[in-house]
Amino acid sequence: MIYLGIDTSNSPLAIALMEDGVVLIEETSNLKINHSLTAMPAIEEMMKKAKVLPADLTHIAVAEGPGSYTGVRIGLTIAKTLAWSLKIPLHPVSSLKVLAANGQGFDGLVCPIMDARRGTAFIGLYEGVSLEPVIADQHSDVKSFLLKAKELGLPILFTGVDVALHEALIIEVLGGAAHFSGVQNRLPRASNLILLAQDTVESDVHHAVPEYRRITEAEANYNKAQEGKIL
Amino acid sequence: MNKDIYILGIETSCDETAASIVKNGREIVSNVVASQIESHKRFGGVVPEIASRHHVEQITLVIEEALQLAGMNPHQLDAVAVTEGPGLVGALLIGVNAAKAFAFAHQLPLVGVHHIAGHIYANRLEQEMEFPLLALVISGGHTELIHMKEHGDFTVIGETRDDAAGEAYDKVARTLNLPYPGGPHIDRLAHASDEAVVFPRIWLEEGSYDFSFSGLKSSVLNYMHNAAQRGEQVAPESVAAGFQNSVVEVVTGKTMRAAEEYGVRQVIAAGGVAANKGLRRSLEEAFEEKGVPFYIPSLPLCTDNAAMIAAAGTIMYEKGLYGNMAMNGRPGMPLTSWI
Ligand SMILES: [Zn+2]
Repeated sequence: MIYLGIDTSNSPLAIALMEDGVVLIEETSNLKINHSLTAMPAIEEMMKKAKVLPADLTHIAVAEGPGSYTGVRIGLTIAKTLAWSLKIPLHPVSSLKVLAANGQGFDGLVCPIMDARRGTAFIGLYEGVSLEPVIADQHSDVKSFLLKAKELGLPILFTGVDVALHEALIIEVLGGAAHFSGVQNRLPRASNLILLAQDTVESDVHHAVPEYRRITEAEANYNKAQEGKIL
Repeated sequence: MNKDIYILGIETSCDETAASIVKNGREIVSNVVASQIESHKRFGGVVPEIASRHHVEQITLVIEEALQLAGMNPHQLDAVAVTEGPGLVGALLIGVNAAKAFAFAHQLPLVGVHHIAGHIYANRLEQEMEFPLLALVISGGHTELIHMKEHGDFTVIGETRDDAAGEAYDKVARTLNLPYPGGPHIDRLAHASDEAVVFPRIWLEEGSYDFSFSGLKSSVLNYMHNAAQRGEQVAPESVAAGFQNSVVEVVTGKTMRAAEEYGVRQVIAAGGVAANKGLRRSLEEAFEEKGVPFYIPSLPLCTDNAAMIAAAGTIMYEKGLYGNMAMNGRPGMPLTSWI
């Protein structure tokens, strides 16, 4: 069994190959390079190094979002097309859960964050050992999410490349309950993605869609206008 | 005997998710288009983010259907051709990344096609091209006159300086309270009218093959505005007819003059607006009188589709113009020759 894992859901690119539970190769970069341009060459190069042919792959794992809309779509388009072309199972995993796996083993809760501007983020809360979701992945105002998390009264480990952007606010709200993963543990790792994917059921390839966790601005405006009409 | 060439085409530059298999660049084996018009209608135009979301939902379904309808396996294909640009960046990169992944999975050559070259080569699926040739590409995103001396040789001799013709149609339709997309509605209204408001013809400087439609669009808006201020009733038919007459006269006039100056053996039209009945008739009559062969592909090949991308991609494939895994969607891609 050879798994290919792909995470392009935020600015880092994370890819890995895992054979029968052993990591063959793993790459993570945080160079803010356009995934549309670089993801496929990186996959091609990595597979060449590992001497794995496309036909050797048996499973595809992909980070399904939330995150950058375009980034999530690129990863999912590549993963769907590879899985469908090769007639192998596709396993989508929450991109926040992939980040949360960086803190697996923490005695408390793990909170992955991806910044979404204007004080908001894609954010979720996971149990530190089991990685079961405690508060579902969502697009939320960071402060109100932190206040909700605080009520649980447990230490929380924050992870993700965007943690730095919200560090001051996190400390302000949570004080001593706030913990931060080291900078080397803030990038998503595709080996974690594959390990999580192994526990999921495969999804129907054609109907696998990104989990945006947010409607488009055009739809939000349209809905607002419709509400106005009803009143 | 030469071996037949089968190319899978993929097109996602705007609001159609499309895949097609074409044999030898001339014969459609299958042609699948998933239109998103219904999803964009309520917004009065294409919303790029929504277009991208739909593409990702449809892309593998559409490719699978193209293969199934053709009764073919991927290993029977010779290459994958995909629209590389121009278009909406978020929409283009779905097709490009799907094409890259498919080509990689099956170890097939990948060809990146210019959308306008695709529109031109749509004609070849119904009528062999004869050179030198003049192509009028007229759609929601483009209004261009292109001179071709041979396959893969493109010289843009005229283009729009502001709005594309289709854009002007949509904007005028909106002022007349017609639903999106506006082109077919204006065309239908124009035919229902015996009278036409006279709007200016924008010819630009003497000898120019460029187009400008924003001035004409403003005249229509002013006309409507002034009538409303005076409390006058406006017959939408006569406004539609007047607007269409102006577009048709200028487009036909410039295309005719270019055909004469370049002494072409064939004139072809392509793009969604080429399906407009008023424009079609005007061009047909004008070129019949001149005795120059003139062709417009049938409606499904005028609007965006992937057969046209496969058709153009076939010539590029024959010339060995392959792309690689670093191909990206190029929203502002220029039309350059392949020779
Ligand atoms: Zn087009």
